[in-house]
Amino acid sequence: MERHNLVFTGSGGQGVITAAVILAETAVLHEGLVAVQSQTYGAAARGGSTRADVIIAKSEILFPKVLQPNLLVSLTQEAYSLNYPILRPGGILISDPKFVNTEKKVDAIAIQLPMYQGVMDEIGKPIVYNVCMLGAVARIIGIVKPESIMKVLETRIPRGFLEMNQKALELGYDMAAPYENFMN
Amino acid sequence: MSRQVKFVQGNEACLEGALYAGLQFYAGYPITPSSEITEGLALRLPAVGGKFIQMEDEISSICAIIGASLTGHKVMTATSGPGFSLMQEGLGYAVMTEIPCVIVDVMRGGPSTGLPTHGGQGDVMQARWGVHGDHSIVALTASSHQDVFEMTVEAFNIAETYRTPVILLLDEAIGHMREKLEIPEPGELPLVERLRTSVRDGVNYHPYLPREDGRLPMSDFGGVHRYNVTGLYHDMWGFPTSDPKMVHGLIRHLHDKIENRVNVLARYKEYFLEDAERIMVSYGCSARSALHVVKDRRLRGEKLGLLELQTLWPFPAEIVRDRCVGKKSVIVVEMNMGQILHEVKKAVDQPDNVFLANRVDGEYITPPDIYKILRLIQGKGV
Repeated sequence: MERHNLVFTGSGGQGVITAAVILAETAVLHEGLVAVQSQTYGAAARGGSTRADVIIAKSEILFPKVLQPNLLVSLTQEAYSLNYPILRPGGILISDPKFVNTEKKVDAIAIQLPMYQGVMDEIGKPIVYNVCMLGAVARIIGIVKPESIMKVLETRIPRGFLEMNQKALELGYDMAAPYENFMN
Repeated sequence: MSRQVKFVQGNEACLEGALYAGLQFYAGYPITPSSEITEGLALRLPAVGGKFIQMEDEISSICAIIGASLTGHKVMTATSGPGFSLMQEGLGYAVMTEIPCVIVDVMRGGPSTGLPTHGGQGDVMQARWGVHGDHSIVALTASSHQDVFEMTVEAFNIAETYRTPVILLLDEAIGHMREKLEIPEPGELPLVERLRTSVRDGVNYHPYLPREDGRLPMSDFGGVHRYNVTGLYHDMWGFPTSDPKMVHGLIRHLHDKIENRVNVLARYKEYFLEDAERIMVSYGCSARSALHVVKDRRLRGEKLGLLELQTLWPFPAEIVRDRCVGKKSVIVVEMNMGQILHEVKKAVDQPDNVFLANRVDGEYITPPDIYKILRLIQGKGV
């Protein structure tokens, strides 16, 4: 695929913007790709809906927002309802059954991953939920290696928390195994 | 050696540029969408031996940097529309007293507190005329992080060269989006250091007596020379005067030192202009959408071009006029109700051929927005 248009949505505090930043930074610094990341948010620090856009490509990116994502992640029901109409027909829609009920008849490859349940069972700390999601996205888009994501995490996260993040990343990566390179 | 590569926000590209240019003193008050500049410099500036102060508001912020500049340091502050409004009095003082400083305004939706987390380009005229009284000003802008870095360095260079405040007009979209930045090696971009007086200690120094070339060498305030600085019209000693000859001389000097150098101060980029039948004029984040449209339409053989302005003030009217001659239409793309539009209309031979492609709802103007307006201009309907 020439251009990966990704949109991550959820509620403030879930870490969707951080996940988007880490993914885009990994693409630029460790995969030799071009990436642009931007976000839309309200004035509140927590709560409210947040949206982060990432475009990853092999050539120059001018307009930095995503108008029609090939891949949409929605981590709350509100984010799902608000954003599924912008998904490119036939695109990939990732959500978590814990938070999102995908009843709507949407023209998409709907991938429901029990990421929250997995994180709570395996790690017990919801703080790494977004990194688990990132692991799943990495497997599906297939252009950013989890080792490269770890390199970026090493520069952002205190040493004591790295193992927990690595575990979450692997959890998401493994969970999405049936969908490997779905988007590549 | 290779350039350091970073993946950063536009605001971080700005602070990296400021540090590269030799920033030594920063005073500011955080405000969305500029806060990352203040936050980042709180960490980075003391580490390189500079001084950082978080002030109680934007009025004191600009006053602090003016004072620090007078003592011989490279200075900057950053804010957004509401803070920029508060800074106008200090800005006028810096214009009148000819004190070099860089003021970053990361534009958000206005007026008033407006849209704190959304973008706009509505402060273009405020940058030009927010200060009362006749005066001239320099305002630069940029559309990519590499350009944000370079224009920040340029802002410092121009401020020091011409003893003038320079405004860097960024916008929320550029300030907050992240993309790659390559930090140039030291020495790669030229840096201008302040012209200081060679008048020795104990000899009379005239702070406002221009040299033959019109430049005013400075003496670090609090150093060896005692002199007066005032926002009133002043004589060569810096003392107040209302002598009509001196008043006339000073206003002419303040005006001419900028307006006589419009072409010297003009920074711009040209894309596909040679054979363009229609030309877009844009700047800042809007220029990214405009260029997207130009490149896309070129694939279909449509002869579109883009003139991206990086210097907004003084407005490069001659360059705009020259590039727009004979074009079927000129489309100004900006996120306001048409602020640069009117400058372009004034500059060109056929102002009726100049159209506005804008968006003013806080959302980033998209390529489809521009396509729709282009269709109308081309007579193709909606």
